[in-house]
Amino acid sequence: MRQLSADVVVIGGGTTGVGVVRDVAMRGYKAILLDRADLAQGTSGRFHGLLHSGGRYVVTDPLSGTECAEENAILGHIQAGAIERTGGLFFTLPGDPDPDWGDKFLAGAATAKVPVEEIEPSRALKLEPRMNPTAERVFRVEDGSVDGWQLAWSAAASAKQYGAQILTYTKATEITTAGGRVTGVRATDAKTGEDVTIDCGFVLNCAGPWAGGVAAMAGCEPVAVVPGRGIMIAADRFTNVVLNLCVKPADGDIIVPCHGVSIIGTTDVKADDPDHLPIPADEVQKMLDAGEKLAPGFRQQRLLHVWTGARPLIKDDRVAASDTRHMSRGMAVVDHSTRDGLKGLLTIGGGKLTTYRLMAEHIVDAMEDQTGDHHPCRTAEEPCPGHEPGRYFALNHRLKEREADRLSDQIICECELMSRTMFTDLLKEQPNATLDDLRRQLRLGMGPCQGGFCSSRAAGLAFEEGAIDIERATGLLRLFLTNRWYGLWPVLNGQQVAQAALDDWILQGLLDIGHLPAQTKEVI
Amino acid sequence: MFEPTSHEANLLARASVDQCVKCTICETQCPVMAVTPLFAGPKFVGPQAERFRHGESVDHTLDYCSSCGTCTLVCPQGVKIAELNSVARAAMKRDHMPPRDRLISRTTLMGQAMRPIAPLANAALRAAPVRVLAEKIAGIHRDAAMPVSSGQPFHAWWAKHQPAPTAGPAGTVIFFHGCAGDYFEVATSIQAVEVLERLGFNVLVPKQGCCGMALQSNGLYDTARAWVRRLVADLEKAPQDLVIVSTAGSCQGMLKHEAREIMGVEDESLQAIGTRTRDICEFLLEKIEAGQLNFGVKRLDVTVTYHAPCQLKGQGMGQPAVELLRLIPGVTVVESGATCCGIAGTYGFKKEKYEIAKAVGQPLFDKVKEVNPKLALCDTETCRWQIRQHTGAQVEHPIYLLHKALGLS
Ligand SMILES: Cc1cc2nc3c(=O)[nH]c(=O)nc-3n(C[C@H](O)[C@H](O)[C@H](O)COP(=O)(O)OP(=O)(O)OC[C@H]3O[C@@H](n4cnc5c(N)ncnc54)[C@H](O)[C@@H]3O)c2cc1C
Ligand code: SF4
Ligand code: SF4
Repeated sequence: MRQLSADVVVIGGGTTGVGVVRDVAMRGYKAILLDRADLAQGTSGRFHGLLHSGGRYVVTDPLSGTECAEENAILGHIQAGAIERTGGLFFTLPGDPDPDWGDKFLAGAATAKVPVEEIEPSRALKLEPRMNPTAERVFRVEDGSVDGWQLAWSAAASAKQYGAQILTYTKATEITTAGGRVTGVRATDAKTGEDVTIDCGFVLNCAGPWAGGVAAMAGCEPVAVVPGRGIMIAADRFTNVVLNLCVKPADGDIIVPCHGVSIIGTTDVKADDPDHLPIPADEVQKMLDAGEKLAPGFRQQRLLHVWTGARPLIKDDRVAASDTRHMSRGMAVVDHSTRDGLKGLLTIGGGKLTTYRLMAEHIVDAMEDQTGDHHPCRTAEEPCPGHEPGRYFALNHRLKEREADRLSDQIICECELMSRTMFTDLLKEQPNATLDDLRRQLRLGMGPCQGGFCSSRAAGLAFEEGAIDIERATGLLRLFLTNRWYGLWPVLNGQQVAQAALDDWILQGLLDIGHLPAQTKEVI
Repeated sequence: MFEPTSHEANLLARASVDQCVKCTICETQCPVMAVTPLFAGPKFVGPQAERFRHGESVDHTLDYCSSCGTCTLVCPQGVKIAELNSVARAAMKRDHMPPRDRLISRTTLMGQAMRPIAPLANAALRAAPVRVLAEKIAGIHRDAAMPVSSGQPFHAWWAKHQPAPTAGPAGTVIFFHGCAGDYFEVATSIQAVEVLERLGFNVLVPKQGCCGMALQSNGLYDTARAWVRRLVADLEKAPQDLVIVSTAGSCQGMLKHEAREIMGVEDESLQAIGTRTRDICEFLLEKIEAGQLNFGVKRLDVTVTYHAPCQLKGQGMGQPAVELLRLIPGVTVVESGATCCGIAGTYGFKKEKYEIAKAVGQPLFDKVKEVNPKLALCDTETCRWQIRQHTGAQVEHPIYLLHKALGLS
C-alpha cells in the first residue's frame, strides 16, 4: 500500500491528461497523473496523425477551425520536434456532391482565419505527384503530421520538471468523497497489484472514451461518453503532403504522411465499449476505395497496418447518439459541482489531439474558477524539454543519426533505423516496459517487416541487459507479435504476404516461438 | 532533391522499394560490403535508407556503393537496389559534385586529350609526382590503374583498313567499339574486326561517340542522357536492319537497359538500337551453333581465367564467352568465380576507394595468379585495367583468343 498526496490528481495519460498535468504543474500545484497503462496508448496513440490546419472545419465548425489554426502554430513553438511540416492540400473532384463546396471553403477559411491559398492543380501535382490528377480546384493549407507519443512524453517531461509525478500502469478504481467534496483517489498498480491511495482536493477526469466510467467512480450520474470508433490504414509512405477531399467532412477523406507511412482514414461508428473496437472487413474495403479516390493506385501500395481508436465525444442531447460525426468537435468540460453537487471533480471530453493544449487550459481554468485561485496559463509560451521552436521533425533525421553512429552502434530495428543504444537507454529508464511501450517511443517494429526481424532481437537484448528474465522475455515477445499481427492480418495482401511468409519462417520455422514454454501469468 | 515529377523521383517512389522483405540475400553478395565496414551494404543503403530520404541528402557513405549491380541481380524480390543507389547518389551529388568525378567521367575527353602526345601522356600519367598531384587535386588515387592510350586511335586504323577477302558471305554487321575501344583498347577493336571479317562478315563502323556510362555512374545524369542520345543518333546513321556487334561490354549494357532503367531515357530509337545490339561472343556463339559460319580454328594449348564482369552479368545472357572459347580445341577456360574486380567503372580510381576496390578484387587477382599469371580474359575495359594493374598479367577481351585460334595473330 502506497500513500501519496497531491493538490490535483489527473486521471488519464492521453494527450489531454498529459497536457492538463503539465498546465496544473506549471501553475504551481502539486500534481499526480495516473494512467491505467502507458502514456498515449489509448486514443492518443490510435489516431490519424494529422496536425489540423483547421481547414477541415472551416465550413461546418468554424470555431474549431480557428482553434486548430491557432494551436497548430503554438505546437510549432512548444513541440516542434513532434511535428512534420508537410503542408496539406484540399481538392475538389468532378462529380463532388456539392459543387459549391470550394467557394464555401474559401469563404469559411476567411471567417475562421485559417490560412488557405488556392493554387493551380498542376502546381499541386508538383507538390504531391500522387494527388488525384483529376482535381479541379486545389487549396493549400498548413496541415502537418504529428506524433502523439512524442507529444505526450515531452509534455510529461515538462510536467515533471515542474514537480509533477507521472504514474503509468496505475489504474484509478475509486474517487473518494466526503461532505460533497472529493478527498482522494484509490488506484491499483497494474504491474505489482499494490494499492495506491492519493489524498487530494481535486480530480481532473481526462480518461477520454473511458471518462464516463471514471466519473461514475465518484458516484456521479453517468456522463454519457459516446465512443466514435474509426479505423485507419497505413501504407508504406508514398505521399509527402496531407491530401484532403474538399467536401463536407466524411469517411476516408484524408491521407496523412507520418513517419514512414501514409495513413488513410477514417470512419466514425458509434462503439459500445472502447476496450473492444473491431476492424470490420467492409470498413477496410471502404478505406481502400477512399484511398483510390484521394491517390489513385492506393490499393497497390504496400499496406502495413490497420488500427482503430475511439473519439471521446461527450453526449450532446441535440443530436442522435448514433450520429457522432456531426456533434460539435468542440471540447466539453462537465462541472460535477453544478451537475451532481460534488465539488473537486471536472470531466473533459471531445476536442482533438491538435487542440490538446487548449483543452487543458480550459479545464484548469474551470478548476481555478471553482477554487478561486488564479494563475496565468503558460503552456503556450514555454517549449517542452528537447524541443526548440521551429525545429521540426523530418523523415531523414534518423538516417542522419545512423550515418553518424552506425560504425559504433548496432541497428536493431532495420525498418525504423532504431539503434541498440536507443533501445537500451530507454529500457534503463523504463525497466518494466513492455516491447509495445518501447515501440511507441522508438518505433520498434513499425516498418515494413512489422517486427519479423527486430522483435526477437529486442527481446533477447532486454534479457541480455539483465532487465528481464527469460520467462518475461518470452512473454513480451509473444505479446508484441500478437499485437503486431492483430493490426496486420485485416489488411494482409499483395507484397506484404511475402513478408508475412518470411517472418513466419523465421519466427515459427527457425525460432519455433509457438512452442516456447507457456506463460504462467499474464504479461503486463 | 529531384523535381517531384522527374524520372528519378519516380524511380525512387516506385514500388521497387516496397518489394524488399529484408531477406538479406543482397548483403551476402555485395562485394564492397564484404571488404569494408565503411559501406553499410545494399539492403541498408538501398530499400531501407530510401524510405527515409525525404529532404536533403544525409547519408553520404552511400557513395561507397560501386554500382556493380550484383545486388539487383541476386535480389529474389526484384528490388532494383543498384539502380536506387545510383539515383540516390545522383541526388546527393547534384549540388556538390567533386570536380574529379566530372573529369574521369569524360572518357572521350580524356582519350582525346591524351592522344596526340600519347607516349608522353602515358609516361606523365605513370610518373609519380604527377600522380601525387592528381591525387591531391583531383582525388584520383596515385596507384590507380590508368588506361594506356594508344598512339593511333582505332578510327584512324579503320580509315585505312581494307576489308579482308573473306568478308561478305555471312552478311553485314555494324561494329560498336565504345570510346575506350577507340582510344585505349585499340587492339581489341582491331581484333574484333578481323575476326568478324574472317568469319565472313562485312563490317561497317559508323562514327560513334561515348555512351555516357561513366557520367551516369558518377551521377551526372543530364549530360549522360545527352551523350547516350547522341550515340543512338550516330548508330542510327548506319542501315537500320543490321545487327550491332559490340566488344564494349559495359557500354552495350547502357544501350540495352541502363539508360532506360537508371536514367529514364524513354526513346524508341534507343530501344531499337538496344534490341539490335549484341555482345560479340553471344552473337558469334549463336551463329556457330546454328552452323552458319565456317569456324576453322586451330588448336591452342592454354589454360586461362575468364572473369565475367558485373555489367555483363546484369545483361542476363549468361557467359557466352566461356562457351565460345571452349569450342577452341586445347583451350581450358577457368571461370573466376569472383563477384567483382573492384574497379566498377571509375570507382576504383578514386583515392578513398582505391584500397576497397583492391580488396574487392583480391580473390580474383589470386585466382588469376594461380591459374595463369601471364594471361587472363575479361570483356570490359576498366576491369581489364584493374586486373592488369593488380596481377601484372596480360588481360584481354575473349576475342583475343579467338583471333589467335583463327590464325590471325
Ligand atoms: C479514429 C480517430 C482519428 C483521429 N484523428 C485525429 C487527428 O488526425 N488529429 C487530431 O488532432 N485528432 C484526432 N483524433 C482525436 C484525438 O485522437 C483525440 O481527441 C485525443 O487523442 C483524445 O485524447 P485523450 O487524452 O482525451 O484520450 P485518450 O488518449 O484515450 O486517453 C485516455 C486515457 O485514460 C486512461 N484511462 C482510462 N481509464 C482509466 C482509469 N480507470 N485509470 C487511469 N487511467 C485510465 C486510458 O488508458 C487512456 O490512456 C482522432 C480520433 C480518432 C478516434
Ligand atoms: S535481396 Fe532484395 S528483398 Fe532481400 S534484403 Fe536485399 S533488397 Fe531486400
Ligand atoms: S551495386 Fe554492387 S557495391 Fe553497390 S550495393 Fe549493389 S552489390 Fe554492393
